[in-house]
Amino acid sequence: MSEERTIQELQNICVDLKKHVIEMTYHAQSGHPGGSLSVADFVTACYFKMMNVDPSNPKWEDRDRFVMSKGHSCPVQYAALGELGFFDAELLNTLRKEGSILQGHPDMKRCPGIDISTGSLGQGLACAVGMAMSAKADGKDYRVFCVVGDGECDEGEIWEACNTAAKYGLDNLIVYVDSNGLQLDGPVAEIMPLGDIAGKFAAFGFETWNINGNDMAEVVDALEQATSAKDGKPKAIVGKTVKGNGVSFMENQVGWHGKAPNEEQCRQALAELDAAYVK
Amino acid sequence: MADVKKRATREGMGEEIVLLGEENRNVVVIDADLGSSCKTDAFKKALPDQYYNLGIAEQNCAGVAAGMATCGKIPVVVTYAAFGSMRMCEMVRQEICYPKLNVKLICSHGGLTPDGDGASHQTVEDLAIMRSIPNMTVIVPADYVAAKKLVRKAVEMDGPVYMRFTRNAVPILYEEDDNDFEIGRAKKLADGTDVSIISIGDTVRLALEAQEILAAKGISAEVLDMHTIKPMDEEAVKESIRKTGKIITIEDHSVINGLGSAVADIMAQEGKGILRKIGVQDTFGETAPYDRLMEKHGITTEALVQCAEELAK
Ligand SMILES: Cc1ncc(C[n+]2csc(CCOP(=O)(O)OP(=O)(O)O)c2C)c(N)n1
Ligand SMILES: [Mg+2]
Repeated sequence: MSEERTIQELQNICVDLKKHVIEMTYHAQSGHPGGSLSVADFVTACYFKMMNVDPSNPKWEDRDRFVMSKGHSCPVQYAALGELGFFDAELLNTLRKEGSILQGHPDMKRCPGIDISTGSLGQGLACAVGMAMSAKADGKDYRVFCVVGDGECDEGEIWEACNTAAKYGLDNLIVYVDSNGLQLDGPVAEIMPLGDIAGKFAAFGFETWNINGNDMAEVVDALEQATSAKDGKPKAIVGKTVKGNGVSFMENQVGWHGKAPNEEQCRQALAELDAAYVK
Repeated sequence: MADVKKRATREGMGEEIVLLGEENRNVVVIDADLGSSCKTDAFKKALPDQYYNLGIAEQNCAGVAAGMATCGKIPVVVTYAAFGSMRMCEMVRQEICYPKLNVKLICSHGGLTPDGDGASHQTVEDLAIMRSIPNMTVIVPADYVAAKKLVRKAVEMDGPVYMRFTRNAVPILYEEDDNDFEIGRAKKLADGTDVSIISIGDTVRLALEAQEILAAKGISAEVLDMHTIKPMDEEAVKESIRKTGKIITIEDHSVINGLGSAVADIMAQEGKGILRKIGVQDTFGETAPYDRLMEKHGITTEALVQCAEELAK
């Protein structure tokens, strides 16, 4: 069930989500804007175009699943869930506050629409694999969309999960690597060079795509291809992205991995994003 | 405590390991993409040839460290407490503790201190896990000065060590020239006859605050900084049993198998004394300001005072 939204409409929703990310981290005065902004296009395309979910019934057993394996990028997922009505969007600015359903890292017990709790890197993909295996076992046709960071691909468990996905022919699993080139201590190329990420997934038996992950048309196109091939191969889309995408002073800056904007920076970021709406 | 100087324990560690690395070229740092947060930046800059960042791959870091230790290196593996004590756990047991290799696990953001990050990062199990592994020494410094002195002792001793540091700036309790830090020997910070408060890490300052309030109320509280949770200073605990017989432990950690449980073991063996354990009551953490979390879990000066008053009755 693909929603009939145009690329332009999706681009504008993506801007909405990015603005939420800025406001949420500003209000929390902590959190991770960089990796939330780089993955915003993918999150938008999943939730507002591709995924079969029901905000009024978040635990619907036939829903498509979404796993934010790099849990620190949850602000953008929360923004999507809030906009879709999984919970009152007014709650978005309670991110990281005491008693909030929007914990610093996703908590499936508190937040409607979160399919698995994450936050410790490298673990979410295995959970996504478990969901995709269950769909196969139960003869259901829901899909599982899983976001991993490029830094996160340092973890061995990612590749253990990949072996499993290939063994069980999980063509209902779509892994998205948010390849923004930065991790916490610096550039991926310096901290732990990954080489050809798509090539690695291919070697593990995945069908792969290399795209510009900040180009909505390319993201949607890749997702449509990845969700249509029922060939027994798990899918991996490697999106080359810009960390901090859309906010000039955050773009490609490792310092904006886990830092909140101050009032002035928040204002500037929102102004820049406002100018990004496509009319 | 008007203008007490505050520094985070992780900062003391970050400064001291540079000196240790300069003094002994076999001291190497192994980071897991959390160096900037755990304060190894200075080491990386000063001693690039002794510095390795292996990315977000903690299990691999533990194994690499073990291999290096067999070749005479003294690897200092740096990450958050959650990942150092749990993600690496079996590698630490099998490849580091079983062969008793000279690896130091230096972990920041212990306890509830990564307050905004929530349960995934908050770590109230690390001391319990690490102290149950044979050959492991477990240390929790109370302030910036203790962090420096104890990380030096840890690197200078032979064998595996787990050290827990914390995120927030906490008051400096010790004098820079205090050199009376020995692994396995508690520091007595106040003498007392009515109750004994045994504290660790960030809670030592709470114990000292409580001691002052109690003194004003006519209750004489002894305060111990039990910076080494394993091997524990049994003699110090036995002396407290003999002297006051009423012990309160306080820790930013689960009450299961942490400081309180270690003290309880000694008391049970002695067959004497009353114990109250203040700590996290077998629950996960959550997102909230640190002080609020400590209040919520009852790990406060007020809770100590109340508990001491009840025991002293
Ligand atoms: C197991 C584990 N180790 C370390 C961390 C701390 N950490 C949080 S984000 C991050 C960097 C992530 O980089 P990447 O996966 O590239 O994410 P992005 O650039 O999209 O933010 C690190 C090391 C963690 N959350 N989990
Ligand atoms: Mg990245």
